[in-house]
Amino acid sequence: MATTEHAELTSNSYIQHHLQNLTLGKLPEGYERTDGSVLVDASWTIARDAQETAEMGFWALNVDTMGWSLFLGAIFCWVFRSVAKNGTPGVPSGMQNFVESIVEFVDGNVKDIFHGKNDLIAPLALSIFCWVVLMNTMDLVPVDWLPLLFQKITGNEHAFFRVVPTTDPNVTFGIALVVFILIIYYSVKVKGVGGFLGELTLQPFGKWMMPFNLLLEGVGLLAKPVSLALRLFGNLYAGELIFLLIAMLGLWQLPLHFVWAVFHILVVLLQAFIFMMLTIVYLSMAHESH
Amino acid sequence: MNFNATLIGQSIAFAIYLWFIMKYVWPFLSKMLEDRKAKIADGLAAAEKGQHELELAEQRSASIIKEGKEQAQALISNAQKRADEIVDESKDNARIEGERILTAARANVEQDIQQAREGLRNEVSTLALAGAEQVLMREVDASAHKDVLAKLSAQL
Repeated sequence: MATTEHAELTSNSYIQHHLQNLTLGKLPEGYERTDGSVLVDASWTIARDAQETAEMGFWALNVDTMGWSLFLGAIFCWVFRSVAKNGTPGVPSGMQNFVESIVEFVDGNVKDIFHGKNDLIAPLALSIFCWVVLMNTMDLVPVDWLPLLFQKITGNEHAFFRVVPTTDPNVTFGIALVVFILIIYYSVKVKGVGGFLGELTLQPFGKWMMPFNLLLEGVGLLAKPVSLALRLFGNLYAGELIFLLIAMLGLWQLPLHFVWAVFHILVVLLQAFIFMMLTIVYLSMAHESH
Repeated sequence: MNFNATLIGQSIAFAIYLWFIMKYVWPFLSKMLEDRKAKIADGLAAAEKGQHELELAEQRSASIIKEGKEQAQALISNAQKRADEIVDESKDNARIEGERILTAARANVEQDIQQAREGLRNEVSTLALAGAEQVLMREVDASAHKDVLAKLSAQL
């Protein structure tokens, strides 16, 4: 659905525009903006292109990502909370059925993998699964609908607006970071600081190979959150990219979009499921001493 | 892939959602499912118990019916026996009564015969006397020949 009112719109700029976040950040004093204006003072503003986003550095916020992810997370919490509050142990119906089936599905997976006693893991798995599914599902909304709506509402037809939070690495790495902290927390809690450090340094080759062991185990440890985050990000980013390519095909996009969307439903659920399962596995490993 | 403060924001947001789910959602849902499981288990146990009781009741009712049938059978056979007895008894009674009546009738007849015989005897002796009187043309003293007459009549 390439917008045709801009004559200069190329497929390249169309895709790049779609992959740019709505970033709020601080630009330094004297910065010359894209439209030629020069900032008198350092000021907080919305980035107008990729270069400005880069200039804002780390202390900038992707407003669209934050907004959508918080909104979807709030929906998730609200739905589950209302069922938790109003549900009955009697015959369930409607939303309660739906929520219960998800809870039982997650609970079953947790019980299959994790055998210790931990009240955090099941809610963690549920939160990851539901939130990631919801964020991934935004990919099924045709790529131009929400950005166009946002551009109409704000009156800025160049406004960036990404609606799939999981195509922003900040989201996937943000969740993976929490998981990583929990892995370390439970490793230390269960095995003690010494036990955890010993696990990192004294195997697989014994204490005379300590630096090599540390390197090996350290990479292994860091690979857990990185692989979690990159797998989800990569799959959804690629999926969105293909939606964008399909969206530039004129009328052909209608059947193709349908086919890819149907296939993408699998990706949406599968990636959330994998993220959840690996989180359980990693935390279960953190509880076991080798 | 440009990282910025969104990373931190997302981590915090996730931690908050996680806390919320852990504190206010999961325990309730988990408890609800456990309660349901317990309820279903109770229901199944009660159903099994009911089934068992039904079986017992069926057995009991069958034995009661059997007993009743046996009693009825006993009653019927008793009644049969009694009826037979009554019939036999009345048959006996009837026979005895008949015999009694017959004996009485026979006695009557015997008596009548005896009387008739007696009468005839007297008549014969009277006739004999009269005949003898006629033959002898004189009066015979009946008392003088009483012994002879009695002997004669006894022979008749």
